[in-house]
Amino acid sequence: MDLMSMQQITPDQVIFWQWGFFRLNATIVFTWAVMATLAAGSWLVTRRLTSGTRALSRRQNLLETLVGAMIDEIEGISPREARTYLPLVGSLFLFIAVCNLLTVVPGYAAPTASLSTTASLALCVFAAVPLYGIRSRGIRGYLGQYLQPTVLMLPFNVMGELSRTLALAIRLFGNVMSGMKIAAILLAIAPFVFPVVMHALGLLTGMIQAYIFAVLAMVYIASASRARQESKQRA
Amino acid sequence: MDSVTLIGLGSVLAAGLTIAIGAIGPAIGEGRAVAQGLASISQQPDMSNRITRTLFVGLAMIESTAIYAFVVSMILLFANPFWEYAISHAGG
Repeated sequence: MDLMSMQQITPDQVIFWQWGFFRLNATIVFTWAVMATLAAGSWLVTRRLTSGTRALSRRQNLLETLVGAMIDEIEGISPREARTYLPLVGSLFLFIAVCNLLTVVPGYAAPTASLSTTASLALCVFAAVPLYGIRSRGIRGYLGQYLQPTVLMLPFNVMGELSRTLALAIRLFGNVMSGMKIAAILLAIAPFVFPVVMHALGLLTGMIQAYIFAVLAMVYIASASRARQESKQRA
Repeated sequence: MDSVTLIGLGSVLAAGLTIAIGAIGPAIGEGRAVAQGLASISQQPDMSNRITRTLFVGLAMIESTAIYAFVVSMILLFANPFWEYAISHAGG
């Protein structure tokens, strides 16, 4: 919170170090910090993995609970191939969730409060949809989807695909940035109790937005790669 | 009124109106969605997980419009390109 002044809305504008064209801004620093935290935490837990139920350490139990819950959620959307989508969707959820959770640390600005981060995550989903779709339906089957239900719908389908990617990016950016801004503005106006309440609300919305991002990514991928019978069943 | 004042006035008015009007629609929509979701859960409690998940996804989609309005309002106040241009070119 003290990292950014009132005039700045994204961590992109906080520059730690500059050398020629290369700028090290707060977004990059905190993205790498979150990545290092996730990688170091996972490595610490998976050093001594046990498969029995006796010597299960608490941290391994926590990670297994998380992964199990994510697999359940993914199975709720695409019942057959939850494991193939788990790496992408699970990574999206974990990264965004940890980014938003670490806002309790003072001096930290969530990298998801920058449009660069959220746009790149949305572009990952945008690239993943044709990849998974072509892999499960073939190129003709995937491209034929754009002509459903009639060829006249082609521009609308393409526009819909672009706009939902944009919506993914802006939804996450708007939620996290607005939580940060409101807490900062309240800190300037009524600094005793209300900033804490807004900060807690920001944590809640951060978690919800991480879940929404992952679920929407899963829904888009599943809708592009579902087999014909299933799609006719649901329609 | 010179142009700098006009730009500032227009930006502030637009920012206020944007978020004031832009938050009405999504709030009404979300209220109706949650009401319908609660009615469905009370009718079929064993499906409550699926209903809750669909409800949350739907709420996020509805909330997006409010977020768009908020982002526009924030841009008008904090990252306003017209204001920055006017300030940088404001003569004596």
